[in-house]
Parts: sequence; structure tokens; C-alpha cells
Amino acid sequence: MHLLASLKQRLFRWKSDGTTPFQLTQRRIFIVPTGAGLIFAVTLVAMYTGAINYTLALGHALVFLLIGLGLIGMNHTFRNLFALWITPGRATPVFAGEIAYFPLTLRNDRKITRLGLELQVEGHPAVQTHVGAEDIRAVAIPLLTSRRGRISLPRVRLSTIYPLGLLHAWSYLQPDMSCVVYPKPITSPLPAEQSTALAGERYGEGGQEDFAGFRDRQPADSLRHVAWKANARDAGQRPLLVKQFSGGAEQELQLDWALTPEAADSETRLAILTGWVLAAEATGAGYGLRLPGHEIPLGRGDQQRARCLETLALFQP
Amino acid sequence: MSTPASLSLDHRCTPWLFAAALATTAPHALHQPVWLTLLAGAIFTYAGWLWARNERLPGRWLLIVLVVLTCAGVMLEFRTLLGRDAGVAMLVLFMALKLLELRSQRDAMVLITLGYFLLLTHYFYSQSIPTGLWLILTMTLVTAALIRLNGGPASKPVATLRYAGLLTMQALPFMLVFYVLFPRISGPLWGLPQDAHKASSGLSEQMSPGSIADLALSSAIAFRVRFDGDIPPRDKLYWRGPVMESFDGRTWRPADSANQPPVIEALSKPITYESTIEANQQRWLLALDAPSPALKEFAIKSTLTVTTPQIINQRARFALSSVTDYRYNVDETEPVLRRNLLLPANLNPRSRELAESWRQASDNPMLTVNKALALFSGEAFTYTLQAPLLGENGIDDFLFQTRRGFCEHYAAAFVVLMRAAGVPARVVGGYQGGERNPVDGFLIIRQSDAHAWAEVWLAGQGWVRVDPTAVVSPSRLEGGIASALADGEPLPALLTVRSEWVRGLRYRWEAINNAWNQQVLGYNPERQRELFSRLGVANPDWKYLTSLLAAVIGVLTLAVAAWTFYHRPRSDPAQRLWRQALKRIARRQVSAAPWETPLALQRRVEIEHPELATAFTTVVEAYLAIRYSATPGDLRQLREAIAKLP
Repeated sequence: MHLLASLKQRLFRWKSDGTTPFQLTQRRIFIVPTGAGLIFAVTLVAMYTGAINYTLALGHALVFLLIGLGLIGMNHTFRNLFALWITPGRATPVFAGEIAYFPLTLRNDRKITRLGLELQVEGHPAVQTHVGAEDIRAVAIPLLTSRRGRISLPRVRLSTIYPLGLLHAWSYLQPDMSCVVYPKPITSPLPAEQSTALAGERYGEGGQEDFAGFRDRQPADSLRHVAWKANARDAGQRPLLVKQFSGGAEQELQLDWALTPEAADSETRLAILTGWVLAAEATGAGYGLRLPGHEIPLGRGDQQRARCLETLALFQP
Repeated sequence: MSTPASLSLDHRCTPWLFAAALATTAPHALHQPVWLTLLAGAIFTYAGWLWARNERLPGRWLLIVLVVLTCAGVMLEFRTLLGRDAGVAMLVLFMALKLLELRSQRDAMVLITLGYFLLLTHYFYSQSIPTGLWLILTMTLVTAALIRLNGGPASKPVATLRYAGLLTMQALPFMLVFYVLFPRISGPLWGLPQDAHKASSGLSEQMSPGSIADLALSSAIAFRVRFDGDIPPRDKLYWRGPVMESFDGRTWRPADSANQPPVIEALSKPITYESTIEANQQRWLLALDAPSPALKEFAIKSTLTVTTPQIINQRARFALSSVTDYRYNVDETEPVLRRNLLLPANLNPRSRELAESWRQASDNPMLTVNKALALFSGEAFTYTLQAPLLGENGIDDFLFQTRRGFCEHYAAAFVVLMRAAGVPARVVGGYQGGERNPVDGFLIIRQSDAHAWAEVWLAGQGWVRVDPTAVVSPSRLEGGIASALADGEPLPALLTVRSEWVRGLRYRWEAINNAWNQQVLGYNPERQRELFSRLGVANPDWKYLTSLLAAVIGVLTLAVAAWTFYHRPRSDPAQRLWRQALKRIARRQVSAAPWETPLALQRRVEIEHPELATAFTTVVEAYLAIRYSATPGDLRQLREAIAKLP
């Protein structure tokens, strides 16, 4: 049994170098009759027996025509996958318990419409799709997540029974794709603001308290500070504006592992920290993260958030 | 494995399945009992109504009740569920009922498989060219439904039909190869149900007034003959069927007799020919009178009728040989002669009286024969299909009162007169004449050529054919039945058409049908052997055929695969021009690396080859305009820019 499994693995395993597009070739496509195909074959045998018994010359012809149909059906089922280009994409991180989507781009540079394609990771829901002639279609393969960490996309089976449903052609795709799964956040009150060396010393520009006007948005500005109402008035005629605040000290939070309840297990503590990161980011205040062996300096914005969450996702206590 | 079974059927796939179901069952309405057609039609309509209203399909119990009821109906109608017609009726009803159960893709797959199977059942009733063509179309439609089923909602109807057509086209060469090379087995493999072959009208083993006149109304083909040499003259074309010796006053029947081999003395060279006989549910082969003594393959009865052990229940071919001049059973046995003098007592007194007077006048039987023939030619006898009804003394009525009759009347009256006059005589049934189809040279013998004549036994000469019809209506032998009958006789239109153009058309159509029958439908194990021996392979066995078949199918699969997978990458014109530009600057020692973008290359050219820079920059700008600008630049600019490159 083990031997068989390893043989199967060796036979069907194919590892792409990860991110580059690859094309399905005949060596990667397998084809076998479906259950319906076997029933079709049995029906043909019955029909042929009838044709002999009643000496139906056209009955012979019909059976032979249907055999021919089955044979060329093989070509056409195979062709439905053959020479299809597949480009792996980048999966967006999700929180544990959510569905991670692994995007793949299917590119069909032939003049045939490829209908009835199915992508599936064993044990997960299948995705039905099709690609038009000389067309590109993006699909996302869903994968249920349960735990934080990095999950990589298991072997994906791309299969089809189109056009006749009598044969089943498939290919195993193993793009080197992974997705970061953040811990599932637990909402709890943010810890008290910690006094740092910088706290209270900086006044003036870039504060958070008093509204001081607008300025053009720079790529580094958080979307949360965009003055959507003001921008809506200009209806996209001008670059986006962000609200500018002045006065007051930046409230700076140090989200520390040590602040979480010691009694809780490490997963819960990470979940609490995750909730804090989200809450801190929502306030717009700067925050840092401190885990045993990791220290993320103060900062804010999407990058900071992603960096913190990823550290939490991959943290090994 | 994927599990299409669990997938539910999309709503817009259903019309395709309806179309497939309708196309595969509808032609059966031609020969099914009316109630069956109406019932199937009602179920179709109900299922269609449910679909249109998007209603729930009926529950399992209703379906079970319907199945039981329809089975009971079929049982009542056909007295069985297993025969050919009952089986077809069941399949049609199941097909209709399946429409009430179309829930999943598996149901649809069952329906389509049933559809393919139903296509076969049409051949029980017809294997003509139109049936063949209709079934190719229907098969394509069923395949289209299958493609639509697997293609899902993204399929487009026209594309689906075209794809099905393409698949059929690609499957056709496989069909041809299989048809010719697949080792053939002759059927049947087991006993067939009684109704396996449809009843067909034709010459029967009995003859009573009107039985042949009925046949004359049918222009159906009885058999076709291809002579190896010339076709013998028309008045020699007597195709011998049953010989009827016993007479009960109305009906003539063959006598049961010990089967002694006939003694035939050939007086002319044997004529060889091949006869293709349509199914007639009889054993006789209708050989040209008389079968050659050299004919050993078939049993020849003492009455010269050639027979085959099996009933001819489907079109069959026989190689025969005959002699048209012969002497037969010169030494006939006493019991046979006595049997051919018997007449029912107390019937037809006037005829017997007349014959008795001939016997007393002369004891030369030849004179008696001539007197009878003179009677028919001299008196006002009419050759007609519309013979009046005859009473108990039928021969008397005919000879002395009505004097209107068809060949069976004349033959019967003549034989009665001969027997009464002491000359052994009997009635021979068969066909006379035939029509040569100028298109393929076959002689066509129709049911309307059915004929009855007489045979008398003369000492020293044996049995001699006498055809009283020839005396009454000489044109019957010369020009066939249409010319022998007066205008206004109720003959089928086909036989009376005088227009050359229509006749030509009919000849052509019948020749095509004959070629179809001979070459396509008649391709059987023997034909397969013949074909291969003509190709220089004597007696190919199934191993030879199978390996040849595998080889040819292999090559064919590769050829079709090459066609299927052939792909010419569509080269992009802008790309082509860009490559051309790169070739031009390569002559100036600028070699572009594969990873270099046009802009990067342009920058390098500016530094390394300033003399090229201006011209090349124009090229790059034109190329990038085609590629990326919001208003795509046109190729002409790029082409002009390339032309300006040094």
C-alpha cells in the first residue's frame, strides 16, 4: 500500500519552479473512461449483438460510427486540456477559518473554446470554469483554513470530461503557491498606552488630534486618512486628498506578548495580539509589536499591519 | 474522480434532451399503434409544460404507476414484452417517461444512451438511404445534446451543433474502416422472436382467383437479377415458383409428394446469373425456368422449384444457373401423372363436357392443347385485373359467362380443361418478364410481374410449358403488364408512367437503391472474403483482419489527432515588424538581448550607436504606440519607420 502510494506520488508528482507560467503537455495529461463511458461501451456491445442477430447492416454502421465517436472523443477530451497555459498568482492572506483563494490564470491561445474545466484540491470544493478561444480566465482555488501559519497549495487536479462525458482527462498541477493565514482575532480592549522615550516630546506636524487641512495623497498614506467626502466632491478630477492633523502627541502603543494574560495558551495570546493589531490600526495610532524573539518597531499603515499579522501568523512560541 | 452524477441539470440543457428524445422516437410513430404514439406524445407535452413553467417533476410513485400502466398496455397490445415490436414500444415509452425524471446529469446521460440505442431500432423497419441519412442527422443531434450536457451553461447552441457535426464528420472515416475491415459474423446468434422480420407481401403458395391480380397492384420489387451474359429474350423469362397440382374447385395447392430428383435434359447452354431476392417468407428461389442440371448448391424439387433450407426473411443473394431450352421428366412416374388428372367431382360440368368432346375427337394431346388455346384466342376473352366474382362452378362461369380474368383465371381454366381431356396438367406460379434498368443493367422483377401459367405432360416430351395468357394477351409477354391492360385499369401510377423523363429518374433512383442494397447492406462475411480475395488475400482469418483493422485505425487516429491538435500560432503583425527592425539594426552590430525591453534597447543604442539613435527612436516610439497607447497607433507608421532605418 505504501509502495503503491509512493509510486503514485512519483508518477503524478510534478513540481513547477513555482511562479512561472507553464503549459500542459501530453506528458502531464492522463485520460481514462468515465463510468458513463463504460456504460456507453456496454451499450455498444449490446447494440452490436442486436445488429448481428437481426442482420442489420445499418446497425453495424451505427455501432461503428459510435465507436469512432468514442475514439475521436478521446482526442477532443485530451485537447480540452492540451497546451493550456497556467500562471500561478499570489494568494491574499486570510484569517484562520476563512477560505484562502489561490489565484491561477488560465490562458488559452488556441481557437477552441475550452468548456467544462474543473479545478479541485482533494477534499475541498471544486471550481467549474471555462476559457474562451484565445482568451484568459482567472480562477481562484478555494481552500478552507483552520489554523494560522503558512499553508501551501496542495496538488490541484485540473480535469475535464468535455465534450462527450465518456472520458475523463486530468492533469495534476503543483504550483509552488502559499498563503499566510493570520490567527483568528479575538477582540479585547487595547492595552494602556505605554510611555516611550519619544512619547510627549514631539509636537507639531503630523499629529493626530486637530484637523489642519488637506494635502495630496502620497502612496505611503493610509487609505484610512483619505478624505473621501472631499474627494467625492471633485469626482476624481484631482489626486486624492488626505486629511492632515496637527497638534497632540502621537499615541504610541506597544503591543507586547507580556501584556496578554499569562494563563491563556499561546494561540489565544496570539489571537488577542491579532485583535489588538487590528484595533490599533483602526485608531490610526502608531503601534509596535513585541513577541519573544521578535520586535517590530513602531509604525502604522497597511505595511505595518501586514508585517505584524504575518509575524503573528508565523510565530513559533 | 469527478462526480457529474450528483450535479443537477441546468435548466437550459433540458430542451436539448427533449430534442434528442423526440428525434429518436418520432419515426416509430409510422408503425406503432396509435394509442402508443398518443400516450408518448402526451407525456412529452406534459414534461415540456412542466419544464416551461419550471414546475416540480412528478414524484417517484407517480412514475412507478406510469411505468406499470404502460407495461400493462404494451402487454395487452402485443401479448408479450419481449418481441421486437413490444421491445421498441417499451423503449419509446421509457424514453418519454425519462423526461419526467430529468433531475441530475446522470439522468440526462441515461436518456442520451437510450437515445443512441433507440437509433438502432429504426433499422428493424427500414434500412433505406433516407433512413440512413436521417439517422446520421439524429445521431448528430443526440451528440449535440451530450456536448451541451458536458459543456454546461457556458455553451452556445450554434457552436454546440457545429461541434457535434465536426465530431460526426471525424467519426465517419472510422465507421467506414470498421465497416469494411471488422471481422463479420453472420447472424442470427440465437433464435429470433416470431416478429423479428416484418411480413411482406409476395407470391403465395396457393392460388385462387384474384390472388395474382392483387399482386399486380404492387410495384414493389420482388427480386433483381444480374446476368453474367446477355439478358435472354423476354418470352423466355419465366421465373419458376411453386407448382400447384391439387385443386379443390377454387384454390390450387402444391401436392405433397415424395421428393424424387427431377431429370432435366439441357438443350441449350446454361445461363449463369445472380439473383437478389427481397424477403418473401418463402423458401423458393424463383430460378429462371428451368434450373440447370449443373446447379448443385440448392435442392431442386421434383417439380423443378429450386428451394433453400432457410426461409428468406431478409434480402438475400443467390448465384444460380438455368437453361431456357430443356426437356424435363420425360419418364414421369405413374402416381404423378395420375395426380395431375384429378378434378373435383361434380364441379364445372360444362367445361368437362367440352373437354370430353375434344378427347373423343382426337387422342393426340397436342391437338387438345391447341384447341384450348384456340378457344381463348378466338372467343371474346378479356385480360383484366377487374375480374367479376365467380360462383361455385368457377371455371364454367369464367369460360362460358364472364370471360374476363387475369392470368390465374386462364391458367386454372386451361389446366381444368386439359385434365378433363385426359392430358396431365398443372399450374405453375412465379413471375414473368422483368424490366432492365439501363443505369446498372440489373433486371428488376416486381410483384406486378407475378404470373401463373400451365404445364402439360406430353409423352416423349415431358412437361411442356403452355401459357394461355400469351394467347389472350400477347403483349403481356412482350411489354409487361402495363401494356397488356387497357387504359383505366387500376394499376399503380409508377407502372403506367409513360414519360421518359420520369422513367429515367425512377431507373436512376432504383439503381442507386440497388447499389446501396448490394454494396452496403449486402456486405456480409462472404462479401468481405470476396473483397479480400480480389485484393489478393485469400481467406483472411479474423486475426489477419483484426491486425489490419488495428493498424488502419491507428493511422487514422493519428491523422485525426494531427488535424485536431494542429495549431498555427497566430503571429502578431506588430511583433513581426519589431523582429524585422531588430534584424535591421543587427546588421549594424547592435544585437538585442532577449530580455531587453524596447526602451532599454533604445537607451543602449543612443549611447553605443548615436548615428542610429534618431531613426531607431522613431521605430521604438511607433512600436510602443501600437502596444501601449490609449489610441493604438497603426502599423503603417511602424513600417515606415523601419524603412527609414539605415
